[in-house]
Amino acid sequence: MAAATDVSRTPAAPAPAPPPAAARPRRWSWARVRRAGLPYLLLLPAVCFELLVHVVPMLVGIWISFKQLTEFFIRNWGAAPSAGLDNYRFALNIDNAVGSALLQSFWTTLSFTLLVVALSWFIGTGAALLLQDPCRGRGLLRTYFLVPYALPAYTAAITWEFMFQRDNGLVNQVLVHELHLTSVAPFWLIGNNSFVALVVTAVWRTWPFAFLVVTAGLQNIPGELYEAAAIDGAGMWQRIRRITMPSLRPVNQVLLLVLFLWNFNDFNTPYVLFGNVAPPQANLLSLQIYDTSFENWNFGSGSAMSVLLLLFLLLVTAVYLLLTNRGRNADA
Amino acid sequence: MHRPSTRRSLTLAAMAAAVSLLASACSSGSTGNAGGGSSAGPQTITYWASDQGSSIADDVKVLTPELDAFTKQTGIKVNLEVIGWSDLLNRILAATTSGQGPDVLNIGNTWSASLQATGAFLPITPAVMSQIGDTGRFLPGALAATGAPGKPPVGVPIYSLAYGLYYNKAEFKAAGIAAPPTTWDQLVADGKKLTTGKQWGITVEGASTSENAHHAFVLSAQQGGSFFTSSGSPTFDTPQNIAALEQYVDFIGSDRIANPSDAEYSNGTEAEQDFASGRAAMLMWQDADASLANYGMPSSAYGVVPVPFPASPPAGSQHVDSIVAGINMSVFANTKHQAAALQFVKFMTSESTQIALNKAYGSLPSVTDAYSDPAFQTPDDKVFQSVLASSAASMPAIAQESQFETVIGAALKNLFADAATGKTITDSLVAAQLTTAQQQMQADG
Repeated sequence: MAAATDVSRTPAAPAPAPPPAAARPRRWSWARVRRAGLPYLLLLPAVCFELLVHVVPMLVGIWISFKQLTEFFIRNWGAAPSAGLDNYRFALNIDNAVGSALLQSFWTTLSFTLLVVALSWFIGTGAALLLQDPCRGRGLLRTYFLVPYALPAYTAAITWEFMFQRDNGLVNQVLVHELHLTSVAPFWLIGNNSFVALVVTAVWRTWPFAFLVVTAGLQNIPGELYEAAAIDGAGMWQRIRRITMPSLRPVNQVLLLVLFLWNFNDFNTPYVLFGNVAPPQANLLSLQIYDTSFENWNFGSGSAMSVLLLLFLLLVTAVYLLLTNRGRNADA
Repeated sequence: MHRPSTRRSLTLAAMAAAVSLLASACSSGSTGNAGGGSSAGPQTITYWASDQGSSIADDVKVLTPELDAFTKQTGIKVNLEVIGWSDLLNRILAATTSGQGPDVLNIGNTWSASLQATGAFLPITPAVMSQIGDTGRFLPGALAATGAPGKPPVGVPIYSLAYGLYYNKAEFKAAGIAAPPTTWDQLVADGKKLTTGKQWGITVEGASTSENAHHAFVLSAQQGGSFFTSSGSPTFDTPQNIAALEQYVDFIGSDRIANPSDAEYSNGTEAEQDFASGRAAMLMWQDADASLANYGMPSSAYGVVPVPFPASPPAGSQHVDSIVAGINMSVFANTKHQAAALQFVKFMTSESTQIALNKAYGSLPSVTDAYSDPAFQTPDDKVFQSVLASSAASMPAIAQESQFETVIGAALKNLFADAATGKTITDSLVAAQLTTAQQQMQADG
């Protein structure tokens, strides 16, 4: 994104330097180094922690994916023999049970993610638009809408788990005993409905974020645009379609990507809802990776699957940014 | 897109500096922690206890007086941490990987062979065994579940458990059933009589992978089957194993003696609660006394008998009605207080401690001399003692035991889900699940 905005500016102008230094550009001066170096010095702790927290574990993960790291070597994992590409072959071999299960859960994860992103975006944007105009209780409603986002993931998912239980859950209480929609209580945590339960829980957790981001985006649209449109006789739909949506485009571009990445990687929701083994209909990739690593103690294969997941998400991100940026540049 | 600027090269330089800083920080960190307390002052050892009581707070209450007695006796302080079952294995795994673990810890005995393979625990060689005061006191069955055969064990048993069939006396009487079932045919027939409206014949935790795997193992042995060859390679999709899984799933499937909702029970409390509240008349469980009392069911309201056998055992059928369940105590190989740790193990397996702790937890002592206490002479305890002595078998002592429980448990979970949602359970359906499970096992193994 930074790349996209920078293109329009003058390319890479060096930081403005004080006049005496500019007169002798190549001359080494301690004061100059100190002045130029200070920002980097101040950044250094943050860079160190970034490396420690993000980059180093990621590199270790990639390294593990080329190792036969099983229960026999976890005590001294430097001694784990090299696996070459075997872990990747194992994960990608769709003829065996693990590979085919992985492929199956890739499709499950993809449809889960697309559904959750679409629903969260619609609900979040709808709610943000409804609360755009000042009205009584707007602040209260906005706060209220953000509650699911503020709740810890575990608390939220386990509450849904209780609600989805067949005999004592609130969902069946309402559907079967209050509304009498069906006579036989359906299952939500096993069987086909488990996918629905998973999507509902994830949407409930995700949409407030979409709401928050879109609400923030709406603040940046100048009121004059709406006034001008109203004078020209544009109705509400016209205004949403011609002003709100195009103005929100940069916000939506980031929002949709972030929602996609989060949900594709979501582990908390399925793990808390279903435990270590999810029903096949709701078996997300993150759970498969967890099972391979922590139930089967095959950390090499688990890491290989994680790296494949990372590569896929990088690819999706790159293609997405390329397409959306090209679209925007074409518009400009 | 961008020309490399001075800004960028400076950034790179800063990154390089940071990396080298970090690298040096890492290398200096590893020398920083020499073990403390080995020479001067009282020694302190860390003990990770498993959750044996009705809650973690309850465990602390039970264990503290014993640990105080140990400190008084030896001057060694014990730093206690009780860890829930859902976390324990992952915590052990993390401790194994980092080498930073407790000195002494409890493990589920079915994990023995897996954890033995990691080398994380001190092997209990004959010399170590004599150091902790063993003179053939341990129950042989329980001692067998401490590692793979032919290798020095990696722990000693401290609490012994077995599966039994719990039945609700009042509900049996109301249904006109004189005696609890001893064969599966009787159990299903009784179950049908006991299934009335809101009450079911039996309850199971159909989504719990470990419960499922334990029952699959026992039922397979009764059918004359096995999940592994003698060389340790998986043989899941045999007719005996298919029959075993089908028999268990049929409680919900064709027999209709268990609530279909049992198919989503997984947290280890739901089946017990159904039994305690009278919503189900039978339960196959290990050591349910403390929890049942916790849920308000007095011990006079239920009886315990061995898990049934087939009426006419098929060829090769083994006389097995329970796994050797229980808790072992292991010493972390990296401990800096090995002598103190072994002293603690000796204390925890001593006659008086065994009596006190097993009495509090409702489990059985793992040493023969503790059985003299009248607390272990109740009819229920006699049942478990005889099961442990004569008809309990250890879960497969293979390094991939944890994976075995997961794949077989998951296969049964899927089959239960099918049965509960109205699908007919056929041989081919069960065979397909077993084939998938076996492929997963082989692929990773």
